[in-house]
Amino acid sequence: MAFYLIRRILYAIPIALAVGFVCFMLVQIAPGDPINAIVPPDAPADVVAQVKKDYGLDKPLPIQFGLWLSKVVVGDLGRSLATGRPVWADLATAIGNTLTLAFAASVIGFTLGCILGGLAGTFRGSAIDRSAVSFAVAGVSVPHYWLGMVMVVIFSVQLNWLPAMGAGPGGSADWAWDWEHMKHLVLPAVTLSVIPMGIVTRTVRGIVAEIMNQEFVTALRGKGLTRMGVFLHVVKNAAPNSLAVMGLQLGYLMGGSILVETVFSWPGTGLLLNSAIFQRDLPVLQGTILVLAMFFVTLNLIVDLIQTALDPRIKRA
Amino acid sequence: MSTATTPTAAEAELAVQARQAAQKSEGYWAGVWKRLRRDPVTIACASILLLMLLAIVFAPLIAPHDPYQGSMIRRLRPVGTDNYPLGTDELGRDILTRLLYGGRLSWFMGITPVVLAFVIGSTLGIIAGFVGGKVNMAIMRTTDVFYAFPSVLLAVAISGALGAGIENAILALTMVFIPQIIRVAESVTQGVRNLDFVDAARASGASGFTIVRVHVLGNVLGPIFVYATSLISVCMIIASGLSFLGLGTKPPEPEWGLMLNTLRTAIYVQPWVAVLPGVCIFITSICFNLLADGLRQAMDVKG
Repeated sequence: MAFYLIRRILYAIPIALAVGFVCFMLVQIAPGDPINAIVPPDAPADVVAQVKKDYGLDKPLPIQFGLWLSKVVVGDLGRSLATGRPVWADLATAIGNTLTLAFAASVIGFTLGCILGGLAGTFRGSAIDRSAVSFAVAGVSVPHYWLGMVMVVIFSVQLNWLPAMGAGPGGSADWAWDWEHMKHLVLPAVTLSVIPMGIVTRTVRGIVAEIMNQEFVTALRGKGLTRMGVFLHVVKNAAPNSLAVMGLQLGYLMGGSILVETVFSWPGTGLLLNSAIFQRDLPVLQGTILVLAMFFVTLNLIVDLIQTALDPRIKRA
Repeated sequence: MSTATTPTAAEAELAVQARQAAQKSEGYWAGVWKRLRRDPVTIACASILLLMLLAIVFAPLIAPHDPYQGSMIRRLRPVGTDNYPLGTDELGRDILTRLLYGGRLSWFMGITPVVLAFVIGSTLGIIAGFVGGKVNMAIMRTTDVFYAFPSVLLAVAISGALGAGIENAILALTMVFIPQIIRVAESVTQGVRNLDFVDAARASGASGFTIVRVHVLGNVLGPIFVYATSLISVCMIIASGLSFLGLGTKPPEPEWGLMLNTLRTAIYVQPWVAVLPGVCIFITSICFNLLADGLRQAMDVKG
């Protein structure tokens, strides 16, 4: 077990390095000279020469990667071409906002997904099962950026209940847990929660249905255990795999929120990426992708470790 | 003797058995088709998709207006306007016409990456699964790296770096789906590789290439195909999403995601016109999803 833990953590290191390499290559595959991706086009010649030397752009690719990596590891993601500020400065606030949104969306999505999936798996073939399955298919098939627009049309334009844009009154980007700010969170969070809700419903339904078919459940019923007692046994057996799926979904939410953030002008990483793409601000693009991907790698690792710790049936060596 | 013309009871019994056997072994595809025909949801989805395909292929014949020709005096008309049954967009172009033409690019961008990824991914996956060893290591560990990115993020990253354009979006989406197909292809191939008939073929002296061609392909392509079908729905949503972000198609080209993007400014004026392109994406995506589910059941693929 301890050996597995160490090996799994060590295995994350080459993955993280390779992910870093892919992010590094993003600037290389971009059309044009990479130097234009690092300094603004109107920079004086001596600055260009200095940057070229700093980044080793005259050296072979592996050395460039090494130089880039040595900067990234200490948190230097370069400077934004558009604003001239360090990438990390804007990224830090944006990540906080995206985390808030992803967290709210996962609370909604996972709760509903577990309830729906659990009910559907327990009462297979019933009306609840059929509606849960249809709901899940709709959830994974819906273009969520469009759903966001529909939400705005209904709840902001027609009913005028909730704000359509931003993360706080007056377009403030700083988050606070009060009602004025929470109002702004409702629509994007509900919109973003639809996909994980569909996937969690599907997965939990499958897991619960499989457990309900096993003989030990029949035995528990046969010995006269209450419904609640049987339910607890099922939960205990379904938890590790369900948690694993939910953990990964949280990661997908972080990466996938770009479209929803664009619809609602939510000041998170998605909006940052969106404006970086439009201004061809490659340092911001690269830095944001790198941080989000690293977050996903770490989350993957944590999910694996928790799953191993939770489920004594998984014997890993 | 009369027995020469009228069959004995035993002979009749044999004939019945033979007929039953013939019916049973009607072939795999006939069985799949039979199960599909009995599945009303799948048939309904396939019909809707077929109608949509016909509509977008014959768009020039059925579209009432020119998809690019707008007019400032009839901007943002509501649904149900005379001559413009689904209203007009922010430049006064007919929405129905643009939806019909827009389907062409949306379908193209939703299906092409999956087809490309299917070809490349199953080739690499089958090689990894069949050859094993270091080749497997190299292919699968590279796959792990791309798996470390959430799909939407990877698509946005690659097409964001390459710049807007249909080709770049397709390239980015293909890169997203190749690793997913490799994983499925590798695991099914490994399952088949250890079956007895492959051992038998190897023992009788068949080369690796022949074994793959004759014994492996037929057994693995089905499951990979079913998996790829289920990716079309995702691909369509992400492809239109890229256009929605301004990364896929460029204006004035009609495409559902891009139409949603440009109409977004109009949701306070004509909200129900503005959400129409999304309805098209939703219907297409849900139909492909249900079709993939139906195929999976009919072809008896697990997973």
